[in-house]
Amino acid sequence: MVETINGTVDVEFHGVTKRYGDILAVDDMDLEVSSGSFVSLLGPSGCGKTTSLRLIAGFEQPNAGDVRIGGASVVGVPPHKRPVNMVFQNYSLFPHFTVAENIGFGLRQLKPRPSKTEITARVGEMLELVRLQGFEKRRTWELSGGQQQRVALARALINRPTVLLLDEPLAALDRKLRQDMQIELQTLQRDVGITFVLVTHDQEEALSMSDTIYLMDEGRIIQMGGARDLYDEPINRYVADFVGKSNFFDGEIAEADTSGAVIRLASGRVLRGRNPRGVESLNRNAAGVIAIRPELIHIEKANGSASLTTDVETTARIKNRIFLGDQTEYLVEAEGFGNILVLASKHAESVSGGFSPGDFVNVGWKESSALALEDTSKGGRPTAVPVPKIG
Amino acid sequence: MRLYAAAVYLFLYGPIALIVLFSFNSGRHAASFECCATFWYSRTFNNTFLIEALLNSLLIAGTTAVLATIMGTMASLALQRVKGPLRLIFDALTYIAIIIPGIVIGIATLVALVTAFDILNPWIASLGLGDARSNTLSLGYGSVIAAHTLFTMALVIIIVRARIQGMDRSLIEASADLYATPWATFRQVTFPQIFPAVMAGFLLSFTFSFDDFIIAFFVAGSETTLPIYVFSSIRRGITPETNVIATVVLTVSLTLLIIAQVLTRSRADRGGGKG
Repeated sequence: MVETINGTVDVEFHGVTKRYGDILAVDDMDLEVSSGSFVSLLGPSGCGKTTSLRLIAGFEQPNAGDVRIGGASVVGVPPHKRPVNMVFQNYSLFPHFTVAENIGFGLRQLKPRPSKTEITARVGEMLELVRLQGFEKRRTWELSGGQQQRVALARALINRPTVLLLDEPLAALDRKLRQDMQIELQTLQRDVGITFVLVTHDQEEALSMSDTIYLMDEGRIIQMGGARDLYDEPINRYVADFVGKSNFFDGEIAEADTSGAVIRLASGRVLRGRNPRGVESLNRNAAGVIAIRPELIHIEKANGSASLTTDVETTARIKNRIFLGDQTEYLVEAEGFGNILVLASKHAESVSGGFSPGDFVNVGWKESSALALEDTSKGGRPTAVPVPKIG
Repeated sequence: MRLYAAAVYLFLYGPIALIVLFSFNSGRHAASFECCATFWYSRTFNNTFLIEALLNSLLIAGTTAVLATIMGTMASLALQRVKGPLRLIFDALTYIAIIIPGIVIGIATLVALVTAFDILNPWIASLGLGDARSNTLSLGYGSVIAAHTLFTMALVIIIVRARIQGMDRSLIEASADLYATPWATFRQVTFPQIFPAVMAGFLLSFTFSFDDFIIAFFVAGSETTLPIYVFSSIRRGITPETNVIATVVLTVSLTLLIIAQVLTRSRADRGGGKG
């Protein structure tokens, strides 16, 4: 075990690179998963998150760099000799075994092999943990998706691995069940105290369950942090775009310091935003973007009098209205800005009375709500994004 | 249209049904039917030449099936890891072994074996391992088994590989992930998954080898298999005995083929072939 300031570290990547032919799946990646934490690798498909997981499991070997589990290098160690277990995307339950035989599979491989009574007892404990008592003799194909998922979990947890790997475990479930399983997974992780590494493309899944999220793109980690860090302090446009919804106003960075930047839009308008990275200022004259979350934009009737609560204000016309139940989403068009997405809370709607397409409104926001970011989608890769250690 | 189909089936299977019926002949001639006796059955099973030929056939078919199944399964497991042009070559070779007419395999095997024996026998004799006058290596059971294994192995490869390709690859990964060694994975996951195909391959190999006349005719040397016996007895005149043999062989072959079919199909219905 490696001692760090944060405690023991279960999984480490040091400059790990994995290539498939010409394709760079994982690019010089560093990773540190501390013991007992719930970590998510988040990103679009093809970002290298699944490859990273398979590198931990041992199904893939890195072309360069070092993978360590519990402090010991596992490069070249085959999967069956690694103290990790995995929940596969399609569960991969053995169809020729019963539920109990599936769950006990890992125990039966141990040397010396535990006694029959011990295996039965441990399988019973696992069934209780995933609330599937009485399903011992069932065949796996008779189970529902959610039940199969729990069998896969029990099967992976029975050997008490150092790390549990989860490859898009909820992708095959319907929405309601997925939300239930998110809570269940989180509770389970706290109960067993095992380190979880989850791979997902679903930002909601990552945000709701994990202690730490690694947002990946093109085989690299773009930003690492807690759910709040990624949502409130995205370090560039990619992160702000991938995690949650954002309005983006493209322009050029006119002024910049460590606390924020001023961006000149094509329309000539200048907007100020915070610099969430806070460590170094943005490059002047580079492509930049102001990002604002739709729920941070204030919307009110256009009555001529400027509101005191916002720093930036503009008149706009409602183009579209989508009722979401708990919130209402407006698409408004403002001169010099283009389309702006605004989320109005139920409370705000009750005060304003709501708006209809064609209505003229005032929209505005506080400068502290706006983020000034580098636009990596235009300027290529950011030059060595420093990943701030948060928490 | 329905009548037409019925006529086709009658034409196809009528003669076979007739053979079964004629095997219960009580007369002396195979072609004229006198109802009804199992007399020819008892007579057939008391024919020592025939029983010897039958035992030869069972020995050859059994050994062939075992060898072809083991080697064919191993080959198909290995072939799934072969990629690119090499894979194409092996695929082509496998299909060629099935496509080539039996008579070609028969002649080719005969020529190859005789040539090889001619070269090897003096060597063996000079090493003092065999009798210098009579040849140690000669045509017989071994050569028939070798020739049969050659083409039934290709059958096994094709059947088993289809099953491997239909199998969920992540099951093997899941097994390895759960600390199973490669051998344990094969024993507990891969083999149970491909077992129906292996069994089907075994039964098909057995049937093909048991029924084969052409290849055996070329390479059997002085040994007699059941098809060879039937062929030579026909030349001496057809008795209802031939019908009896045909009926017995038909029953055994059909049973094995049906079992093979059921085995390959049953797993698909049970979610065994997911992914």
